[in-house]
Amino acid sequence: MANVKQVTKQAEDGAAPHSDLIGAARTESRRLMEGWWGEMTTAEEEGRPVANVFVMGSIAEILRTFDIPMSFPEITSLQTAVRGRSMEYLTAAEDYGYSPDICGYVKVDAGLHVTGRNHPNGKLPKPSLVVAPNTCNTYIKWAEIWERLYGCPVLVLDLPGWRGTGDDDSAASETFGRDCAYVEGQLRELIALCEQVTGTEFDIDRLREVMGEVNTLAVLYQEVIAENKHHPAPFDAMLDGLNFMGIANAYRGSPAGSDFMRIARDELRERVRLGLGAIPEEKYRLLLIGTACYSHFRRFLELFHEWGGVFAHSEYMTFGGGGIDKGIHYDLKRPIESLAEQILLTSQQSFFSVSFSQEWQADVVSEWDIDGICFHGIKSCRTVSTGLPDSREWQMRHNDIPGLFIQSDLVDGRLWSDAQMKNRVDAFFEALASRKALERR
Amino acid sequence: MTERSNGAEALPAAETDELEAIIDECRELIEDDGYPAVRRWLEANPGGKVLGHFQVYFPEEIAHAAGMLPVKILGATSALQIRQADARIAAFVCSIIRSSLELALSGRLDFLSAFVTHPICDAARHSCGVWARNLPDLPCQTLFFPHNARSAYAADYLVGEYGRIADLVSEVTQRPVTDDALRTSIELFNKNRRLLRELYRIKREAPWLVSAVEAYVLTRAGAVMPREEHNEILRRALHLIEAREGKSQDRIRIVFEGGFCEQPPVDMLAVIQDICYIVDDDFLIGLRWLTEDVPTDGAPLANLAKAYFDTSSYSSVQRDPEKPKEQMLLRRIREAGAEAAIVAAAKMCEPGLEEQVAYSRALDEEGIPHLIMEFEEKTNVFEQMRMEVETFAESLLFEFA
Repeated sequence: MANVKQVTKQAEDGAAPHSDLIGAARTESRRLMEGWWGEMTTAEEEGRPVANVFVMGSIAEILRTFDIPMSFPEITSLQTAVRGRSMEYLTAAEDYGYSPDICGYVKVDAGLHVTGRNHPNGKLPKPSLVVAPNTCNTYIKWAEIWERLYGCPVLVLDLPGWRGTGDDDSAASETFGRDCAYVEGQLRELIALCEQVTGTEFDIDRLREVMGEVNTLAVLYQEVIAENKHHPAPFDAMLDGLNFMGIANAYRGSPAGSDFMRIARDELRERVRLGLGAIPEEKYRLLLIGTACYSHFRRFLELFHEWGGVFAHSEYMTFGGGGIDKGIHYDLKRPIESLAEQILLTSQQSFFSVSFSQEWQADVVSEWDIDGICFHGIKSCRTVSTGLPDSREWQMRHNDIPGLFIQSDLVDGRLWSDAQMKNRVDAFFEALASRKALERR
Repeated sequence: MTERSNGAEALPAAETDELEAIIDECRELIEDDGYPAVRRWLEANPGGKVLGHFQVYFPEEIAHAAGMLPVKILGATSALQIRQADARIAAFVCSIIRSSLELALSGRLDFLSAFVTHPICDAARHSCGVWARNLPDLPCQTLFFPHNARSAYAADYLVGEYGRIADLVSEVTQRPVTDDALRTSIELFNKNRRLLRELYRIKREAPWLVSAVEAYVLTRAGAVMPREEHNEILRRALHLIEAREGKSQDRIRIVFEGGFCEQPPVDMLAVIQDICYIVDDDFLIGLRWLTEDVPTDGAPLANLAKAYFDTSSYSSVQRDPEKPKEQMLLRRIREAGAEAAIVAAAKMCEPGLEEQVAYSRALDEEGIPHLIMEFEEKTNVFEQMRMEVETFAESLLFEFA
């Protein structure tokens, strides 16, 4: 985000800038990330069980109730790429037998585990428990890798998703009712498993506390995303959005998570007040569908920022944020039942709708005043990428929304082709510029 | 079809001709992407409705009980030109997803009244959305089989899902799915599975009587034709196969693993069968998913759901803690009396490629020789593959000698 020195105009209300707020979210997220790593690193030494979980349906509510530290392998994998270290783990996994054509996150993580779990940020703990939701099928295959390596218990949390056209799966439908009963049953089985792993009895009042924090976190997360409706957008949904998502996952259900999101929201509001955008001169507002390329993270952003393009929103912030952008409304009087309902609802709205999200995209384009959509297909993530060309085609044909389709990878730098990416991004912005010029006439 | 070396000449000429004709007809049926058997059925049943379902398993009895013709949508060969699907599906997705969509977009599946896919993998999960966007008049549904197969709540959930599919097909046909109709359909499909089990028994016990290609085309024909007709074909073919005389040749007995979804080209199997006996495999495992007869007494949907969990095969796309996949493969190898395995995966198939590693390590631990391969349904050049299989087989023959 641009810093306070870049403020060129006095805030309209005449009040002085609150310099202490600017940059606070980034500082706090760094501190919290270090804390999260610290807890993971020491947990194994202290003999505490650690759970491996995933961003799209972590069920932090239950794990935190048992005070089980959570390791998010998607986050730890992407961190190796941001630090320029993913190749060594990818190579280790390929040497072990994994194909170049599977999920890069899985391979980085497998590479870490078969080479001693030495991550650039610290020591990855051995999982004592795995909770793998089926919001991504690869989660299940991934969990089986740890199961084979460590013999740890794996609970696949089955969250039945969007059924397709012609079926009523609204919250009032019979289908949803049946799904809820199934999910609630599995949550009770997870509770029993956590009791077994930790030797601690389940405390329903503690669960209520955790769920209450998630209610708060969800409201704040929604407010954070909504701040980007302002012009200029106070944050970049790909760059700063990554921090927001990371903390929302790692600290879901803890007061520290809600506190962080409050700090982020307050900073963004201050930025809006000061007219301080994510980039110095915002010309184009974009929606990202897909994820970033972490092996070339800065370069990826640069390709857009140098044209004055800012990611005002991203689908990533919805499914990667654990679905809380859709709003969580836990009923604390009936916590387990409510947890089942809300997890199911948000998973269907956020994770499973990735394959049929054209209406959500069109709504975001309208509400966030988006100029164009960047569809970033990732070789190693079919969950996110399979139907992207079709979505792009749909938006152009039905809603006249310009779209750019590019492909690279999450963590595998071998799949980044700089000249080709730049060529396509430049052509997209040239087309957007022509379109804006025509609209002005 | 490639040359057979299984003693078919021992049959009287007329019966040899009949068996050849059956197999040739089956091969033509499965390689014709115009679904000729389905069209014939529609001509004979004006107003009939067809349900297309994607790999791997689908309880076809439910559609059949509503009077529908259930058919598998399982991609195409290299003969299909992909003209439209490439613009809708990302490049790094397996061929079967792309070719199945192409079949639909090009009008070859214009007979469908409903399409059902399953979240067997991340790409298949997207099929419902992509199909629904592009074929707005076709009901497109996802049947969510339980991913938490051993939850105490999974069976009830699956019965509910089957009930939902029953509602869907009833709406399409305007005909209720009654328990009696379901029982009749279960009997029909039980018979089909019995016949397929018999075919596979011969493959295991006397692979010189039926080649891998013959067994494959006989099996696969059932995916694209009414099961009543398929039963008749299998019954006659099995009679003729068992009447053949032949003797075992000095070939390696292998199990082929990796054909659960995208299918290897028939000519690839021909290359392998020239060198090895494929004594068991997971080709079209969905047609053989249920390994025992489904009871016809009691509640039919509950029986189908119970069979899905308790008397069923395995695949890379089903997690069931009671069926660890490596152990299931080792069992398949043991029960087939195989000496080695080909562990294959379709290109870009995430679950298949991931499972290859586990399979390979388990086979290494057991000291079972195996060859790792990749294939694509549209491959049509096999010289490199032939060389790999020959080298593998020769090394084993030398070792075993």
